[in-house]
Amino acid sequence: MVKRTGAQILVESLLKENVEVVFGLPGGQALPMFDAIHGSELNFILVRHEQAASHMADGYARSTGKPGIFIVTSGPGATNIVTGLCNAYMDSVPLVGISGQVATSVIGQDAFQEADITGITRPVTKHNFLVKDVNDLAKTLKEAFYIATTGRPGPVLVDIPVDVQRASCEFVYPDKVDIRSYKPNYNGHPIQIKKAAEVINKSERPVFHIGAGIVASNAENEIFEISKKCNIPVTNTLLAIGAYPLDTNLSLGMLGMYGTFCANKVVQAADVVISVGARFNDRCTGEVCEFAKNAKKIHIDIDPTSISKVVDADIPVVGDAKMVLKEMAVFMDNKDRKDWLKAIDAWRTEHPLCYNKNDGKLHPQYVVEKISELTRGEAIVVTEVGQHQMWSAQYYKAKNSRLFLSSGGLGTMGFGYPAGIGAKFGNPDKEVIVVAGDGSFQMNMQEMAVAVLNDIDVKVVILNNQYLGNVRQWQEMFYGKRYSHTCLAKRKKCPKWCNSPKRDTCPVYVPDFLKWAQSYGALGIRVTEKNDVEPALKEMLRTKNSVVLDVWTEIEENVFPMVPVGASLDNIITRMNG
Amino acid sequence: MRHTISVLVENKFGVLARISTLFAARGFNIDSLAVGETENPAISSMTIVVKGDDRILEQITKQLNKLIDVIKVNEFNDIEHVERGICLIRIGLNKSNRNEVMNMIEIFRSKIIDVSQSSVIVEVSGSEDKINDFVGKVVPYGIKEMCRTGVIALHRGQSVIEGK
Ligand SMILES: Cc1ncc(C[n+]2csc(CCOP(=O)(O)OP(=O)(O)O)c2C)c(N)n1
Ligand SMILES: [Mg+2]
Repeated sequence: MVKRTGAQILVESLLKENVEVVFGLPGGQALPMFDAIHGSELNFILVRHEQAASHMADGYARSTGKPGIFIVTSGPGATNIVTGLCNAYMDSVPLVGISGQVATSVIGQDAFQEADITGITRPVTKHNFLVKDVNDLAKTLKEAFYIATTGRPGPVLVDIPVDVQRASCEFVYPDKVDIRSYKPNYNGHPIQIKKAAEVINKSERPVFHIGAGIVASNAENEIFEISKKCNIPVTNTLLAIGAYPLDTNLSLGMLGMYGTFCANKVVQAADVVISVGARFNDRCTGEVCEFAKNAKKIHIDIDPTSISKVVDADIPVVGDAKMVLKEMAVFMDNKDRKDWLKAIDAWRTEHPLCYNKNDGKLHPQYVVEKISELTRGEAIVVTEVGQHQMWSAQYYKAKNSRLFLSSGGLGTMGFGYPAGIGAKFGNPDKEVIVVAGDGSFQMNMQEMAVAVLNDIDVKVVILNNQYLGNVRQWQEMFYGKRYSHTCLAKRKKCPKWCNSPKRDTCPVYVPDFLKWAQSYGALGIRVTEKNDVEPALKEMLRTKNSVVLDVWTEIEENVFPMVPVGASLDNIITRMNG
Repeated sequence: MRHTISVLVENKFGVLARISTLFAARGFNIDSLAVGETENPAISSMTIVVKGDDRILEQITKQLNKLIDVIKVNEFNDIEHVERGICLIRIGLNKSNRNEVMNMIEIFRSKIIDVSQSSVIVEVSGSEDKINDFVGKVVPYGIKEMCRTGVIALHRGQSVIEGK
């Protein structure tokens, strides 16, 4: 049999896994891998910052359901992907990351560009490997893919020392994996499922609370069918946006800190909360002891550690959302639940999502509403992190799951733009629009080179409020309007304390996003008036190239409704001073 | 409440670090830890003693199980089991305390494993309580040095871990 080097084994293994695209950046301890890539058919995309490579792989994975792959060098290349791994870990996104490492003979000697990356990333990966023998490489890669994509998905890192990349052995890619200590369980316990169904059948005011697990297990149809059959309303987490259709009377929208008034009311009034593939993050529950106080909790999740970690489950069901819901449906009674649905309709109309539509001002919510309208909710919208993220979550009516991508658990500024590029690589036929904050975009905007050079037309709509707006909102509401280091236009000549920003008196904003886009050969458009928003969006959508649409919105707009940190969901604030 | 947990893990590089990282990251406190190979050199056994209520214990067991390299987790509290640890103590000797120290060693069925002019090294083994008790008793005589292992444990009767 012909021998292959470790580097060749890596490339061939990736091809055997049908990897369509790999993101990354080379370096000294990755040279053999990059040499092997050079002579291969692997589609490799050179990024400008390794953090972006990890987010691109993440956006690719979230939008396609397939694992995202990146390759970086040792030391600084590897430490640059820590945020990306943590981000993917928090949101259960399958990634397989490869890092170069110094030669096995010098590991531990503080060699040039040595970093203990398996040590550093242990708490932020589902699993990681340091491969010390080329004979273990193929098997390890197979296991890495298996671990990343099965059970509760997550990122896996494989660290490959440079001498292992160079060493050779026979290459056989295993077709099966058997890890005695890792056997994910997909089937829910039949007794638990039956018990859950009985409790729901007896309930008057049940509500489904669905999370990313619904998307990961492709259970969108199952949750739809079961909720229809039994007339049970459905609220979703940020990561499950699009997983449940919005145009039904059972749909409540998002729950939690920036969720709808209706969803929060319903959960607090429910007698049973059935949580599926969600993990009760504090942004969803508010003050935990007050969360759905009078409700029995049924918790369906593939990860046993999620159950009773934050909220005690009365009936835990460990299993895959799709399989469990299918089996549960058999035991569930049709019920009309008229009174419950009537109460819900009243809450829905009492405080719908709202902003001032009549003052002629350019409110950021309007921009997202227009994007939603013009794309009919069929585009992939990717967000950065901040107010614009919450407005996107509230006003973008995604038609399906995997059409709204956002950094949930980690809340990573700088995620959106590279993730959008990754999503476009996975969905060349779909429109990809990144709704960015002016702050977040600056964290990874250098990746426009990747978009332009690869003819990837990702549209960026910057909701430019000249501020780290989300933080500014908290400073306004809870820190006496002391805007400490949240203004992005502030210059030396500005007064030390300023809490009355105005477009016409504040210093010129830098960078000029138009010139900046132009310097990459992309199209830049600026909008400062409400009336110009729609035509500009249309021009953007017509353009088959990278576009940056810099929208100068109201500076001090706030996100509502809102549940302050540590407050109960009952204490939802629907508007300023109200 | 005190819990003794036995964890069977793959005997691989970095596994101990995974476990200690998990405890640190989740804010669980380890009271004691003992690690060693089993009869199968590919598998190590860890005995971990932790304090916490049932909720914490449940999370610890589930989180441990979630680690890819963990093969089996068992909690001993609800099953009959034996626990043993070892403690080595150097006790200062002089004319006035010599007899009493020797008595104490006798009573606890501990062993003298090294003798010098002014001190002895004593080995005590047994449950955590027994060792604590012995240490308490000899404190007044002057402990010059001491070190102790974490406890190790096996359940009585049949094996619950491998079912053999
Ligand atoms: C990497 C990172 N650093 C800091 C934060 C804290 N943070 C959350 S939102 C936010 C402001 C984001 O500003 P911008 O992107 O302009 O969005 P806006 O809120 O103004 O819409 C900050 C600083 C974060 N989430 N991520
Ligand atoms: Mg901003």
